[in-house]
Amino acid sequence: MPAESYVEQPKTLADLRADLAAGRTRAADLAAGYYDRIEKLNPRLNVFLSLTKERAYEQALRIDAVAAKGDPLPPLAGVPVAIKDVLVMQGAPSTAGSKILQGYQPPYDCTAVARLEAAGAVLVGKTNCDEFAMGSSNENSAYGPVRNPIDPKRVPGGSSGGSAAAVAANLAVAALGTDTGGSIRQPASFCGVVGVLPTYGRVSRYGLIAFASSLDRIGPLAANVRDAAAMLGVIAGHDPRDATSSPAPVPDYALESDQPAAGLRIGVPSEYFGEGLDLEVRASVEKGVAALEAAGCTVKRISLPHTKYAVPTYYLVATAEASANLARFDGVRYGYRSPDSATLSDMYSHSRDEGFGAEVKRRIFLGTYALSAGYYDAYYLKAQQVRRLLAEEFLRAFAEVDAIVTPVSPFPAFKLGEKTGDPLAMYLADIYTVTASLAGICGVSVPCGVTHAGLPVGMQVLARPMGESTAFRVARAVEAVEV
Amino acid sequence: MSFEIGIFMPAKVTVEDVERVAELAHLELSPDETGPMLRDLNAILDYVAELNELDTSNVAPLAQMSELSGELSGALRADQEGPSLDRAVVMRQAPESDGAFFKVPKVIER
Repeated sequence: MPAESYVEQPKTLADLRADLAAGRTRAADLAAGYYDRIEKLNPRLNVFLSLTKERAYEQALRIDAVAAKGDPLPPLAGVPVAIKDVLVMQGAPSTAGSKILQGYQPPYDCTAVARLEAAGAVLVGKTNCDEFAMGSSNENSAYGPVRNPIDPKRVPGGSSGGSAAAVAANLAVAALGTDTGGSIRQPASFCGVVGVLPTYGRVSRYGLIAFASSLDRIGPLAANVRDAAAMLGVIAGHDPRDATSSPAPVPDYALESDQPAAGLRIGVPSEYFGEGLDLEVRASVEKGVAALEAAGCTVKRISLPHTKYAVPTYYLVATAEASANLARFDGVRYGYRSPDSATLSDMYSHSRDEGFGAEVKRRIFLGTYALSAGYYDAYYLKAQQVRRLLAEEFLRAFAEVDAIVTPVSPFPAFKLGEKTGDPLAMYLADIYTVTASLAGICGVSVPCGVTHAGLPVGMQVLARPMGESTAFRVARAVEAVEV
Repeated sequence: MSFEIGIFMPAKVTVEDVERVAELAHLELSPDETGPMLRDLNAILDYVAELNELDTSNVAPLAQMSELSGELSGALRADQEGPSLDRAVVMRQAPESDGAFFKVPKVIER
C-alpha cells in the first residue's frame, strides 16, 4: 500500500438500514460523522467543491422522526450520498468544475437527485470533476484536481473523480456521477469502487449540465455491486422532463443481482487485450475471467473488429455536441460575465474566453470545426455512420453472449501531471470505455484486483441495452472472489 | 437509403481556419494560444482520419439512440400549459437584469 492512504470502507446499505431501524444510529449523527471526516480530509483530497449541510440535516431529521415513530424507512433512509457538480441541486452552487458557473445557484433539482432524496438519501455535497465533465484525470477542474485517496500523488480518474474518491475514502456511502465516454467507469476503477453506466435512456438526464446529449448518462458509484444496483433502482425510470428517458419498467436491480452468474455466456473480445494494455492490468482481468469460469459461466473468446475506430468516432461526436451545448454559456442569463465589454459580441467572446479552461476550449474548437460548412460530411456525419457500425457490432455480439468483459482502463491510476502535456494521449486512455458510450449499452466497472504498487484494477462488464441485471450478476461474481 | 459521401482528406488546419472557428464559436484566442491550438487540432484531425479506412457509403448515420432499441421513448408529451420557473428566482442568477429582462450591452447604435 502507498505510504499515505485515506481508504476506508463504508458500511453497506443493509447494515446502515439495520442500524437506523434498531435505533443504534441516528441519521443526524451519521451525517455529522461524515461532515467531520470530510472536513478533516477534504483539504488534502479536494473531493468536495461545496457542502449542502442545511439540506442534509433537514433530511436527516425527517428520517430520524420516521425511525423514532417506528414507521417503515424509505429504501435509502439516512444514506449519505455525494453528488457530482454537473448535476443541479436547487439552492446549492453547481459549477460543473468551471469558472464560468462560479456562484451559480440553480433554481431546480436534477431528477436523479430529487429521486434519491425522495428515497431518504441525505445529500452531503457536490463533488469536484473535470470542467463540464471533459477529462479523464480530474486535472481539468477549474478548482484544482482531486487526489486519489489510495495514493494522493495520483489522479482519481475522471471526470467523476470526486464522486469515486468520495466513496473510496468513505466521505459518502455512495455517489452520483456522469459518464459520457467513461467518466464513471474509469474513476471507479482508479479508486477501487463500483461504477455503473446505465443504458442510454434508463436514467433521466433532466438537470444534468449537458456535455454531449446523445452520450451523457447519470449513474451511481458505490463500495459494492449490490449497493450500486440499489442506487440505480432508485434513480432509473421514465421522466416526463426527458423525452429520451425510457418508459421500460424498473426491475429490483439489487434483488436481481443476487441471482448467481452460473450459466451466463461471457464474451472476451481480443481487441481489448492488445498493445498498450498494462501487463498487471491484463493479469488481473484474466484472473477475473477465470473466476467467472469457476463460477459456472461459459467463457467465449470473441472479436469486435471496429473497436479501434471508437476513440476517433467518440471525439468527433462528443465535441460536436459539446460545441452546441456549451453555446448557452454566453454571460447573459447566468454564470460569469466579463466586465467592461463595449458590444454584445465582445461580451460573448470575452466571457467565454475568460470563463472556459483550455480543454473545454479545445473541444469546442474541434466540435465547431467538425460541424462547420465544408467539413460536416467528412467528420460529423462520417462519425455518426461509424457509430452505427459500432453499435450493431455490439448487438450482434450480444446474440451470442450475455455479457462482455474487458479492462476498464489500459493502466491503473497515474501520477498527477504525468499525461497533461498531450491531449491526444489522454484521449487514447478512454479506448475501452468509449465503445459502450457510443453503442448506448450498459456496463459496470468492478474491482478485480490490485497491482504490486497497491493500485486497484477494474473490470468492465458490458451487457445489452436494458441488461443491467445481467451486468450486476456478473460483477457480483467477480467481486465475490476479488483477486 | 444511400448516403454517398465524397470522402476527402481535408488539408491541414491553418491559422486562418483557427481564426474562423474562433469567430464561429465566440471564443477568443490570444496569439500565444493560437499556435498550440493549431498543433493540437492538426494532431487530433490526423488521428480521426483513420475513419476513412471504413466504407460507410451505405450506412445511415446514427443520431437517436432510441432507434437502436426500437423503443418509443421518443414519444412527446401532451402540449399542455404548466407552471414554469419563477421569474424572480431565474433573474437572480443573471449577471445583469432589471427584474423583468436580461440586460446586455447595447446592440444597435442610434
